[in-house]
Amino acid sequence: MANLTRDDVAHLAGLARIELSDAELDRMVGELGIILESVAQVQQAPTEGVDPMSHPMPLTNVTRPDVVRPSLGAEAVLAGAPEADQQRFSVPRILDED
Amino acid sequence: MTDLPSDLTRATAADLADALARGALSSVEVTQAHLDRIAQVDGQVHSYLHVDGEGALAQARTVDERRAAGESLGALAGVPIAVKDVMTTKGMPTTCGSRMLEGWVPPYDATVVTRLREGGLPLLGKTNMDEFAMGSSTEHSAYGPSHNPWDLERIPGGSGGGSSSVLASFQAPLATGTDTGGSIRQPAAVTATVGTKPTYGGVSRYGLVALASSLDQAGPCGRTVLDTALLHAVMAGHDPMDSTSIDAPVPPVVEAARAADVRGMRIGVVKELGGEGYQPGVRARFDESVALLEQLGAEVVEVSCPNFEYALAAYYLILPSEASSNLAKFDAMRYGLRVRPEGVQAPSAEQVMAATRDAGFGPEVKRRIILGTYALSSGYYDAYYGSAQKVRALIARDFDAAYEQADVLVSPTAPTTAFRLGDKLDDPLAMYLNDIATIPANLAGVPGMSVPSGLADEDGLPAGIQILAPAMKDERLYSVGAALEAALLDRWGGPILDRAPALGAATSTSGTTGA
Repeated sequence: MANLTRDDVAHLAGLARIELSDAELDRMVGELGIILESVAQVQQAPTEGVDPMSHPMPLTNVTRPDVVRPSLGAEAVLAGAPEADQQRFSVPRILDED
Repeated sequence: MTDLPSDLTRATAADLADALARGALSSVEVTQAHLDRIAQVDGQVHSYLHVDGEGALAQARTVDERRAAGESLGALAGVPIAVKDVMTTKGMPTTCGSRMLEGWVPPYDATVVTRLREGGLPLLGKTNMDEFAMGSSTEHSAYGPSHNPWDLERIPGGSGGGSSSVLASFQAPLATGTDTGGSIRQPAAVTATVGTKPTYGGVSRYGLVALASSLDQAGPCGRTVLDTALLHAVMAGHDPMDSTSIDAPVPPVVEAARAADVRGMRIGVVKELGGEGYQPGVRARFDESVALLEQLGAEVVEVSCPNFEYALAAYYLILPSEASSNLAKFDAMRYGLRVRPEGVQAPSAEQVMAATRDAGFGPEVKRRIILGTYALSSGYYDAYYGSAQKVRALIARDFDAAYEQADVLVSPTAPTTAFRLGDKLDDPLAMYLNDIATIPANLAGVPGMSVPSGLADEDGLPAGIQILAPAMKDERLYSVGAALEAALLDRWGGPILDRAPALGAATSTSGTTGA
């Protein structure tokens, strides 16, 4: 199960939106294989009939009262943006011109 | 009333607070003393990513003025503090030790930071850390590692190595940390300082850059148990901005630290934490500490937590899974770094995102994001992530059963003393093993503390003892920790940190630099 190929890692990196160089890919295939082999130990635990626990405390939905209050201004929100234009985040285009 | 040392940076936070309240000292004096110390030694230790001398002194002046005007101030008002760079600070850079956030200045404060400001603690600056809190050595910081003041060639722990080394090198009397798998406790152990991971939800996570949301917990770091308790009380409490924040009174941690009483307590030694792989000197100091607790009137029992053997594996599936989701927000669009791919004309948003994440994230972060993406993928979800979540339930059951036999549990905090910089950098599994004793508490959400237990015979470096308590019983950590600390002080004839080698004066490379 833990036999990751170079193509698998390239695919996973694509899903995670990380562009890896060839050298990074080569290194990561070996490292991830070893790590996965180690963490596969969880499958040996006596988990039959055990309900999974996603969180250390019971989660309840918490909402604040619906009251209008001041929030961050556009200037503060955009201050850390790589590019902004007319009070909006400026992002590279996705669609071709035609 | 305790006499203050002539060098104010050697005083405890409690003593400084006492002197400030009496008017025997000004916050400006204390803050300036620490800024001078930072200028003197941080070039060697590299604890700070950013120092805000001007801002800290301005806050100190304000506290002094408020005190002079007769205002009622908080218990630590005027005592300066260093803040881990994972916490957002309005107007002060926050990088999480990553190039991805280089130069980013948040528009808001984390709730913890708000409480520090309201409590009148001048913020000296931001401390170094493993990138996005991923690591056990601070070597994964994009800005270079911090160094252990006990031996500058060794790690100060991680991910909060900046916060631990800042305390151990007397560059701040207090610091904040976050603990996802031991990032407060393990650095405390290897630097002979004190660190607490409170009960999950006991301290707000609002404004902390999330690593793994179901595991992350902010907490206090100090040089003594009482100092740590005083800071815990400032940081903790319900926060409506965090939906997982516990809406209940803060446990009486300061009272417990002052009482320092273990008489009649049942202390459980965890059989599974302390055997193979634990350095003999670490184990010896631990055994001595347990014997001391028994002499102080505690009953010592052995408890077994059989499923702890799966904790490390479960953790290294759950953490990357949550991290891969949390770090998706670094998309080069809204804030942080943006890198355009080379040789591509008019790159798409997706191409820019991939190029940015390659350039902005370091190797450990990439490794964990990809591991998490794999663990959550449809074909392997049940085998990896699903199994890990079931193991988590088993570990919580182990804790419940153990706490039926004991009021607190104890173990060595980390299996070894500080290892040499570079020793484990190319071996992720070896690095992960450092967290073996601390991780179960994060999976179950119970509180934990590390207190210095002494120096290992074989290398003369600090070791720590870990104390664990049931959820919302954080005060028990402080009762036991303070009692043990007092007994060990008697044995050593003073704080163990006094035995650390002196750092020589050096040309500072820190200042207001940084990240």
